[in-house]
Amino acid sequence: MRILKVMLGVYLAVSVLSGSVFAQELKGSIQIKGSDTMVNLGQALAEEFNKKHPQVNVAVTGGGSGTGIAALIAGTTDIAECSRTMKEKEIKKAKENGIEPYEIKVALDGLAVVVHPSNPVSKLTVDELAGIFTGKITNWRQLGGNNLTIVILSREVNSGTHVYFKEHVLRKSNEKGTEEFTPMALLMPSSQAIAEEISQNPNAIGYYGMGYISPKQKVISVARDKNSPYILPSLENVKNNSYPISRPLLMYTQSQPQGLVKAFIDFCLSAEGQEIVKKADFVPVQ
Amino acid sequence: MKLRLIKEFIIEKLIFLSGIASILFVLSIFYFLLREGTAFFREVNLRTFISGKYWYPISEPPQFGILPLILGSLLVTLGAIIISVPISIASAFYISEVAPVKIKDILKAGIEMLAAIPSVVLGFIGMVTLVPWLKRTFGLPTGLTAFSGSIMLGLMSMPTIISISEDAINAVPKSYKEGALALGATRWQAMYRVILPAALPGIIAASMLGVGRVIGETMAVMMITGNAAVIPGTFLQPVRTLTATIAAEMGEAVQGGLHYYSLFAIGIILFVITFVINVTVDIFLHRNKK
Repeated sequence: MRILKVMLGVYLAVSVLSGSVFAQELKGSIQIKGSDTMVNLGQALAEEFNKKHPQVNVAVTGGGSGTGIAALIAGTTDIAECSRTMKEKEIKKAKENGIEPYEIKVALDGLAVVVHPSNPVSKLTVDELAGIFTGKITNWRQLGGNNLTIVILSREVNSGTHVYFKEHVLRKSNEKGTEEFTPMALLMPSSQAIAEEISQNPNAIGYYGMGYISPKQKVISVARDKNSPYILPSLENVKNNSYPISRPLLMYTQSQPQGLVKAFIDFCLSAEGQEIVKKADFVPVQ
Repeated sequence: MKLRLIKEFIIEKLIFLSGIASILFVLSIFYFLLREGTAFFREVNLRTFISGKYWYPISEPPQFGILPLILGSLLVTLGAIIISVPISIASAFYISEVAPVKIKDILKAGIEMLAAIPSVVLGFIGMVTLVPWLKRTFGLPTGLTAFSGSIMLGLMSMPTIISISEDAINAVPKSYKEGALALGATRWQAMYRVILPAALPGIIAASMLGVGRVIGETMAVMMITGNAAVIPGTFLQPVRTLTATIAAEMGEAVQGGLHYYSLFAIGIILFVITFVINVTVDIFLHRNKK
């Protein structure tokens, strides 16, 4: 009985102490704004962070990378989420406002293009991919494959992957481009559904986040153009930016991260944070 | 005495409320759809919406054409009905007229089981079994076609059609059948010439309820019809239905944006289609009763 009481006392003391220490260290709020691609990732990270530090309020909003950067320059957000790097002009403008943008790479986004394992085609250029997905190339024979109609699998119109693929492959990063997926493209409800159909259909071609790669689908090596090397989407090739359909996902802070912001960034880069990155179908950087 | 009257009054009103509850629900749902949908029709006119051939809701500028979606829904439904109605009616006749009691019980239990399978499970099974089979059998580029949707939805609508048709057949007075048999008709002749015509209004109503089930079904079609927003030429082509479009896109549409409202507008079109079907059935049934 006595031992029990002592243990209870120690337990109480420890919990009160630790509680007060944390409360002193982390209290306040963080504003995060920017990329729509990253908004779900940011949200998931914020929720987990909030579970650990209930006194900290993290607000995440989307609007696009540009919106986030504009807010960072204006000093109205602590962290800007960006799926592209800041332009020279933007950095200059920030500096005029007394803000030194500090870049942190929190994740990588790489899309694998996949076909059925029996398909003899194993490498394609970005141009050829654009041709296939816009409906200009309709038979595998045109690419040196079998005489089979190409069946195009895509994600739903408002998935981030769909938009990214459209902007960077179909439109080749040209912001004024008007290329669209052909209406013949089958829109699948999930990346899993794409993997499923690819693994049983020799006609099909599709794309998904790198997390889904499995031996049931053959991964295509992609080249930027005819004279560039064909690259497979591996963690390494995405990390060193040689794989054409990939991009870093960044967070910009107003200066070298300090205090609360630093705690949040450290959490994003921790093993736990990177696990969340993986769950959100992105490639961890650590 | 007074207490009894009050009790009576309360119970009466409660029953009345329950009675009109469904109408109230329908009206409020329709009001909500209209409110959200009209915001869309202020920006895009109805005709370009219905007759437009391209569905690119988040491009710049967006294109909201749902003709391929309407035709996709209608094609899948038509196929499902062609498959399920004859089988269901024959099955209903077998259960109520031909089968021995023991088999009848087993069949009824089986049909109830079929009705109890969730549509997402049927969709999944269709995706891994039916879809590859169709592709191989017909030598298609892909098995994700309107036809696979039709087969699965036909299966799904069968329990509804069978049980209601069976009720209709059972409701035909025994004397009709007995009279026919007494006049020397064979059992087939009695079924075909006497019972079928007598039960026809009920059977049509059953089929129409089946249509309602099929056109509103979402999960299974989304998984096995391929969702390509093209105007379908044959049953063996991928299609995209109205319901699958709403389900697939609602989750990520920006609330309050034009895309969001366009999905409600699709809801209105779907509502109108089912409403027209129901009214047609009603008119048909009443004309037949006279």
